[in-house]
Amino acid sequence: MADQPMTAEPARARLSPRKKQRISRGVQYVVLLAVLVAVVLYADWGSLAQNFAKPDVAGHALPDLFTVALRNTIIYAVGGFVCSFLLGLLLALMKLSQVRPYRWISTIYIEIFRGLPALLIFLLITFLPLALPGFEVPGGTYGQGILGLGLVGAAYQAEVFRAGLQAVPKGQVEAARSLGMSATRAQITVVIPQAIRMVIPPTTNQFVALLKDSSLVLFLGVSGEYVELAKFGNDLASQYANATPIMVAGLTYLIVTIPLGYLASRLEGRKGRTR
Amino acid sequence: MTHAIELQDLHKYFGRNEVLKGIDMTVDTGQVVCVIGPSGSGKSTLLRCVNLLEQPTRGKVFVQGVEVTDPDVDIDAVRRHIGMVFQQFNLFPHMTVLQNVMIAQQRVLKRGKSEAEAIARENLEKVGVGAKCDALPGQLSGGQQQRVAIARALAMNPNLMLFDEPTSALDPELVGDVLAVMRQLAEEGMTMLVVTHEMGFARQVADRVVFMDGGVVVEDGDAAQVIGDPQQERTRAFLHRVLHPED
Repeated sequence: MADQPMTAEPARARLSPRKKQRISRGVQYVVLLAVLVAVVLYADWGSLAQNFAKPDVAGHALPDLFTVALRNTIIYAVGGFVCSFLLGLLLALMKLSQVRPYRWISTIYIEIFRGLPALLIFLLITFLPLALPGFEVPGGTYGQGILGLGLVGAAYQAEVFRAGLQAVPKGQVEAARSLGMSATRAQITVVIPQAIRMVIPPTTNQFVALLKDSSLVLFLGVSGEYVELAKFGNDLASQYANATPIMVAGLTYLIVTIPLGYLASRLEGRKGRTR
Repeated sequence: MTHAIELQDLHKYFGRNEVLKGIDMTVDTGQVVCVIGPSGSGKSTLLRCVNLLEQPTRGKVFVQGVEVTDPDVDIDAVRRHIGMVFQQFNLFPHMTVLQNVMIAQQRVLKRGKSEAEAIARENLEKVGVGAKCDALPGQLSGGQQQRVAIARALAMNPNLMLFDEPTSALDPELVGDVLAVMRQLAEEGMTMLVVTHEMGFARQVADRVVFMDGGVVVEDGDAAQVIGDPQQERTRAFLHRVLHPED
């Protein structure tokens, strides 16, 4: 709309672009108002409140909501994050390696684990004991959840690290090498610390994604003391035949994820200033 | 007597582009040699071949009698004794000034922390940025950063120093401080190979000036003679462009 051809016949262009914009904005307000009125009039507020925000059901969620569910969510997310961080760094270094097979392995890993739904990985993990008799993921249910999140997160984190490592100027390695550092020493002392600093904002976003993906632990068939927020909400919702616990779990996610999102964008802004 | 640096028939290709077309050159211990020439003439590549930041395609490089182009040579050990200063400073931005000057002493020369710190402070003092030890490189002016880079190289007790257009990225009013430090080094007898566009510095400080163009050494001689009375037409034309840019 904004870029009407300038060659339009003057006689037809009775409305100036600014007038058209004003009318368009007016129409948008009218539509919004109509939708709001319809929602207010036709939604069954009583029933909605009964099913999604029932105070006494919400009350039953406490204190386990925080002491068990949120705690476990954080355990899964932080554990998975640490694994994905380390494995991701390794994969990124392999992807930039001089040794071609390392590059292949890293590429194949990243493509597979980014291309598959995370849910599928979790389902496969439950079959590990069948495939490898006698094998048990260390850490039990926690270990399985952390393994799943770590494997998936590493593929994404590897790409974040690769971008960070490549963003360190070539002159940094040259300076380090000219001081007599070996290639490995230069990476450890000079390149990797700078790359990690650069990837802090996207890594924060990765952590948020991982925190949300920890809900997939649900499919490991966890129960009791191992439940995290999503499973916790779902179980209570079934028990009371009411969706309020799921809403409560959702709010709890937001309490963590929204501040982290802001933190990530603040860090990004700061990076822009110091560079 | 072995030369500090000796280049024998040095060739360097980037892809099909021959940047160095057979360079023979020596720098003796204690000498200051300035390499001048138009951009793209191969000066920086030549300098970077001395410590093998660029691998020569053909030919030999000797540093203090050791053939560094020999594949069996421990290049890290050779580089320890060759200080290098870059056009873009290349300080490590995540470390303080003091850490920049300490890190290679500790990791490469295995000096203890207190010894490395003392040597770092001494060298920072010497180049006139002793007050900036705790600053990050990003908080310094270009001239200060370049002097920190010189201190970082000096802290390794190099036998010779390579300077790759050390003042080309500086604002004009900051050039003097860096040149003063380099002049002081020259007076102390440091062996220096300097790629530069500073003709005044070359004339006053260098023992020899080498003029390069198109990947070959066109003229190599006494500083006052090459700059004041060049024998080759190409040298004359270049110097005229540099010294009288508005003609």
